[in-house]
Amino acid sequence: MRRETIINAGLAAGLLAIPLWAHVTGEIFTITLATRVAILALAAVGLNLALGLGGLVSFGHAAYFGLGGYAMGILAFHAQTYDPIFTWPFVFEGTKQMLVIWAVALVASGLAAALIGMLTLHTSGAYFIMATLAFGQMFYYLFVSWPKYGGEDGMAIYVRNDFPGLNTLDPIQLFVICYALLMAGLFVSWRIARSPFGLALQAARQNAERVETVGIRPFRIRLAAFVISGMITGLAGALMADLNRFVGPTMFSWHTSGEIMVLVILGGVARLYGPVAGAALFVLLEHWLGGVSDYWLAFVGALLLLVVLFARGGLIGSLAGREVAHD
Amino acid sequence: MTEPVLEIRKLSKSFGALRASRDINLTLLPGEIHALIGPNGAGKSTLIKQIAGNMAPDAGEIRFLGRDVTALDTVGRARMGLGRSFQISSVIAEFTVLQNVVLALQGARGTSYHLFRAVLKDREMTATARAAAGRVGLDDRLAVRAQDLSHGERRKLEIAMALALAPRAFLLDEPMAGMGAEGAAEMTRLLDRLRHEAPILLVEHDMDAVFSLADRISVLDYGEIIASGTVEEIRADPVVRRAYLGDDAEAI
Amino acid sequence: MTTILFIEQVLNGLQFGVMLFLMAAGLTLVFGVMGLINLAHGALYMVGAFAAASVAAATGSFLLGLIASLAAAAMAGAIVEIVVIRRLYRRDHLDQVLATFALILIFSEGTRWLFGSFPLYLDIPEALSGPVTLPGGIDYPLYRLFIIAVGLAVAGFLFWLIARTRLGIRIRAGEADREMIAALGVDISKLYTLVFALGAALAGMAGALVGAIQSVEVGMGEPVLILAFVTIIIGGIGSIKGAFVGALLVGLIDTLGRTLLPIAFGTVMEASAATTVGSALASMLIYILMAGVLIARPQGLFGAAA
Repeated sequence: MRRETIINAGLAAGLLAIPLWAHVTGEIFTITLATRVAILALAAVGLNLALGLGGLVSFGHAAYFGLGGYAMGILAFHAQTYDPIFTWPFVFEGTKQMLVIWAVALVASGLAAALIGMLTLHTSGAYFIMATLAFGQMFYYLFVSWPKYGGEDGMAIYVRNDFPGLNTLDPIQLFVICYALLMAGLFVSWRIARSPFGLALQAARQNAERVETVGIRPFRIRLAAFVISGMITGLAGALMADLNRFVGPTMFSWHTSGEIMVLVILGGVARLYGPVAGAALFVLLEHWLGGVSDYWLAFVGALLLLVVLFARGGLIGSLAGREVAHD
Repeated sequence: MTEPVLEIRKLSKSFGALRASRDINLTLLPGEIHALIGPNGAGKSTLIKQIAGNMAPDAGEIRFLGRDVTALDTVGRARMGLGRSFQISSVIAEFTVLQNVVLALQGARGTSYHLFRAVLKDREMTATARAAAGRVGLDDRLAVRAQDLSHGERRKLEIAMALALAPRAFLLDEPMAGMGAEGAAEMTRLLDRLRHEAPILLVEHDMDAVFSLADRISVLDYGEIIASGTVEEIRADPVVRRAYLGDDAEAI
Repeated sequence: MTTILFIEQVLNGLQFGVMLFLMAAGLTLVFGVMGLINLAHGALYMVGAFAAASVAAATGSFLLGLIASLAAAAMAGAIVEIVVIRRLYRRDHLDQVLATFALILIFSEGTRWLFGSFPLYLDIPEALSGPVTLPGGIDYPLYRLFIIAVGLAVAGFLFWLIARTRLGIRIRAGEADREMIAALGVDISKLYTLVFALGAALAGMAGALVGAIQSVEVGMGEPVLILAFVTIIIGGIGSIKGAFVGALLVGLIDTLGRTLLPIAFGTVMEASAATTVGSALASMLIYILMAGVLIARPQGLFGAAA
């Protein structure tokens, strides 16, 4: 077995085993931390698809994360206030069902990614980075200036949403939901990476002209990848909103975009489990350094700087060696 | 009279005062190798780019398989079956030989939007790709990454990728560039066999290869076709000798 | 009444626009010459504002504060360039973005550690405070007029610098071809440090000037940075002229949109709804403009065609 495969299996098993153990010993907080890891990792799995495979440096993935979050927030807000979202052609009072919320989150973030992708994917390099960043920030200002859904203050959702057959208020059950979705996200990105689509996407990253000469349009391949990427990150946003029982415009902030990207980089770009390693490291740093110093983000900044300047492969890269997987 | 596979009519392109293509007429007939030669700066690259669809001409028409493709982009022309190789090897560096050829295959077949099928587990696809790699003599290098290939092997990979498209015409831009005598001879034998697959428009500096392969030769100078004919006619043409072959003429 | 309001808003937009220009000019210069995308440019804006506020508070002189903002930002820029940024010129944009994002975190947290989380205040100097009556009987704050004048003067200075001086020739040569400029015998790493420090100084000055009308706090540079990106996309990357036109467009459209849209919607719907819809739409206006430019002219209004 390749070394990276062993590391991946270890990460997957560890992320499951630790909260289960914490459940047995009653350490609720550890379960919540693990849930946070799973959700952030899912958001980064989404970005890794565009960034790692496609080389699309999107600094606006907070837009999809936020839209996922507000899909949950808006649906649940209407459900908890009994104020219908619309009354025609039928009365829709919002919902507390996670499955419906996820579907809406996927559609909303997918549509936004399609729109932003169509506008920005014709550009490249610094333009693409600045344009995705700016469009992401547009959603931030839009929701800040929309008082109905909390404006700058965001909205609290008092009761966690329901999942058929499970008690979502039980931390370990919520964790299992998030973990299962993370595994699903990883499975999707693993399959995509080795599919014809993934091959074309990776080829377009390296040599778009060559891809054109064999009759494939890089723009369309990238757009499709961008949409799938945005949808996965959007789903993670809906889960994060449910974990926090709160949505606020900071979900849209470009710091969020930066953090999702940092997760990918810390773990290792284009590595399947890079986002998981990155999210675990980030949450641990947040937890430990946050306890030591109020200025812990400065240390994250210093670490990030060191990784960028001296350790391009990230955590998995340093552990598994330089070779990126190509089966 | 056979219908030309590729036909260029009165093609013109200028960059400011520089006229890179002047009223170029050119045909590529089934089964032939048509060589395009000319000194550096004669406008060969500009012409190739216009034929491949990377650059729009100012005037004129390009017909491929009887259809006007002047407005069609690179992707459209590739899909119609224009197999192109680049002057400077342009392959996917991090991909293996097999992955590169498979990429070309899926381009030709339009299967690039399959999201969940493992591409290298598709037996038929990999078999076809192996065959194309075998045709250029890369069958024992399938698992090697393109960036680790020798220069000559990368040139062959280019040809294999063009071959995988099952093209109706080849557009080969200096396939012998940078190859040693032995490599060039090998490439010459390969191209000789390829002409039966589809006709080849060959831009080449290696005169030995051109004279041994070409059915027809067109000479480009200052953006203009100054002569066109069989190998013997071109060898004998005084204008060509003066304009292009120059001092080397004695050696030929 | 409406005419007065309109003229006031035009002046506000102009003031906002010239400050944006100071930010965008540095960014676009650094990109044009060094090919670097710098997210930490907003941090230099913040450094300038904090330097101005603390020096002005200690000495009581706004002018000294302003000089301090230029010096501090230029120095911070030079140090950052020498320690970190110059390692990034040969890297891809992803590395540049990540490293400069890391710098933001370090700068922000460092500033918070030094100055705390509470905003500082920078007072408008006596001589520039109070309104002035413009022709047509409009009362307008003198300080904002001062900012417009300073911004326009700096813009003029920049155009002169690039078109007429030896430094400008080197900058333009550096944009065109790095090898050529090295062949001219110019010490390229010194030139890069100088250009980066110049961009930083412009950002720092903008921070100080705006700091006197807003509060000086951690993170103050970030909204401006995003708008500077929008400006550059609209104007065309690497073009000072593009940055100028783009900045004025963004400044005017954003400011006028926020005032006029709610009023415009007020004529067709009831007041509170008009305010909501109008201000939500106004917050998106410049991004819509940016989208339009990306569709119609992806290289920006003054960018060189690819």
